[in-house]
Amino acid sequence: MATVRYERRIAAPADIVWDVYHRPETIHLWFPGVTSCSMDGNIRTLNLANGISMPEEIMTIDPVLRRFQYRVTSPLYRFHLGTIDTIALSDDECMLIYSTTSDPDVLALVIGGGTYHAMNEIARQAEARVAEGEK
Amino acid sequence: MGRKILFITTDQQRFDTIGVNGGLYSRTPNIDQLARTGINYTRAQPSSVVCMPSRASMLTGQFPSTHGAWMNGVPLAVNAPSVAAELHDHGYKTSLIGKAHFEPFLDVFGRYTENALANLGIPTIEQPWFDGRMGVHRGFDHLEFATHGIAGNLHYAKWMQQNHFDAIGGFYQVLDADLNVNAAGGGDTGAPQVQINPVARDLYHTDWVADRTIAWLDTLATDDDFFCWMSFPDPHHPWDPPASELHRVNWREVDLPEGYIADAAQREAVIDQKARHWREWYDGRVVSNYEAPAKFVPANLTPDQIREVNAMNAIEVELIDEAIGRVLAAVAARGWTDDIDIIFTTDHGEFQGDFGLLFKGPYHVDSLMRLPLIWKPAPSAGIAPAVVREPVSLVSLAATFLTISGHNAPYWVEGQALPVSSADAEDRGFEATITEWDSVLFGVAVHVRSVVTTEYLYTEYLSGAMHDGTEGELYVLNDDPLQHSNRFSDPAFAAVRRELSARLRAHAERPNERATPGVLVAPV
Repeated sequence: MATVRYERRIAAPADIVWDVYHRPETIHLWFPGVTSCSMDGNIRTLNLANGISMPEEIMTIDPVLRRFQYRVTSPLYRFHLGTIDTIALSDDECMLIYSTTSDPDVLALVIGGGTYHAMNEIARQAEARVAEGEK
Repeated sequence: MGRKILFITTDQQRFDTIGVNGGLYSRTPNIDQLARTGINYTRAQPSSVVCMPSRASMLTGQFPSTHGAWMNGVPLAVNAPSVAAELHDHGYKTSLIGKAHFEPFLDVFGRYTENALANLGIPTIEQPWFDGRMGVHRGFDHLEFATHGIAGNLHYAKWMQQNHFDAIGGFYQVLDADLNVNAAGGGDTGAPQVQINPVARDLYHTDWVADRTIAWLDTLATDDDFFCWMSFPDPHHPWDPPASELHRVNWREVDLPEGYIADAAQREAVIDQKARHWREWYDGRVVSNYEAPAKFVPANLTPDQIREVNAMNAIEVELIDEAIGRVLAAVAARGWTDDIDIIFTTDHGEFQGDFGLLFKGPYHVDSLMRLPLIWKPAPSAGIAPAVVREPVSLVSLAATFLTISGHNAPYWVEGQALPVSSADAEDRGFEATITEWDSVLFGVAVHVRSVVTTEYLYTEYLSGAMHDGTEGELYVLNDDPLQHSNRFSDPAFAAVRRELSARLRAHAERPNERATPGVLVAPV
């Protein structure tokens, strides 16, 4: 079992950041390489830029903790858990933490590497909304 | 019209695998001829002993601690400095055909250009350059990619999938089911990463790289200046050359390498003199880096497995030499021979049985750090053949290409152009080279710095998961060419250690502009 974790400060209120990523059906809007997705209950299927489909199960959508958790259910994994947390640092700044735990180990980095870019895209979108005047 | 440049690289090739450097098993007449009629560097070092940082140094002329691609899996920033972009600005047509690996290969989300171009069906794309302009990707007009075998979305893999699907199954499966580097054995001895591959020779990636290079050269006008980087994926593992070529070297007739110590107790005593991660890896307790198979235990490696690996390696080197010969014939047929500079090298070495080890990692000895490097200047330049024994670094390549083109290197290039003779090396202060290693993999961090002079190879291990910052290695190269005797703690060498340590400190504190270190986003 291995974990990779990326974190960054974002110059935006935590609720705006949460608003970017908490709807499971909008992942293709902020996760680079995901071209579209479909939902069936709490099952999400991602379509990737390279033609691969990736099935997932949504585990947690907690607006109080601002925690979103999901697991990839592809047989490639014996275990996977992706967690996105946002922690408010002040009224206009927060910390986004995106972690991936996986067995096999290497897949934590294979998938987790994508989360680094996703984290940056979430930050970009949230900061753009602040620049446009959203509070 | 200026001087044209053909830059030939291989992957993971030792200094002593070519004939002119004492290689015993590969016939390499074309490379040998380049060496005899050009400049053969006998002490060339990489900036890193793994692919991505070393290749990024070739492109940028910078050390990994400057360009920021500090380990495999850390992409070189798309707008990093590029000598290809400089040459492009100077009117050169530019191409890279074969293995690039400036960007991660295990890219499931398809985020990187190297993995996307083949599907896009276009020769390059526009990207931001270092100076803020937009231009062709990393300065290359034309890109066609290949790597080891047929995995991934690169051009060679797609060509094989679309045109020769039946041959795909013959290649070794580089990664195992857990996506670790595969330790499964094959061939006659069960050696890791060895496989008998029934693929036809003309479908193998070595010939494909040469074929595609010739095809690109055919698109050029006679008076075009060009920079063509022809980059063979071999002789990097897997060792699965076409079965039709196995007759070239019979592994049963291959001697064990000089660096292999037959007696296990003596071998382990030599390993135990080194920093502790050597023995940890040898015994299979810790694999600190992704590049070696996670399930490979070097202590179990047999002499016959080493022989078979080295035979396979020698065959792959011969195929590369013949492919180079075909490209040089195509160059000659265009009438370019008098005005083309040819540089041949590789990105890092391979243990090939030294110390009972295979593959590579944070182990700074000649097996991984002493590389073949040959520069055959254009005959029109009037540069005399030479053998240069002073230490030189692959960081010097970018400045060398620009010198060939008749232009000065920009401020961001750290290495000066390669010397053309020993006298030139002495005049311009080629006294020492630096090799860096940084890796962090699932909680195991290893940081290594080495300096090589004509007399010594000196290594310091910085604090990390496996070292406390006090360990090191010091080898006297002339007396101990196989690096069996670590003199780091020998009081007789205290002054030498101080001087070499000062060189490492000066390197660490060099006052240059550095990129923000990249982020690890993939295993490789």
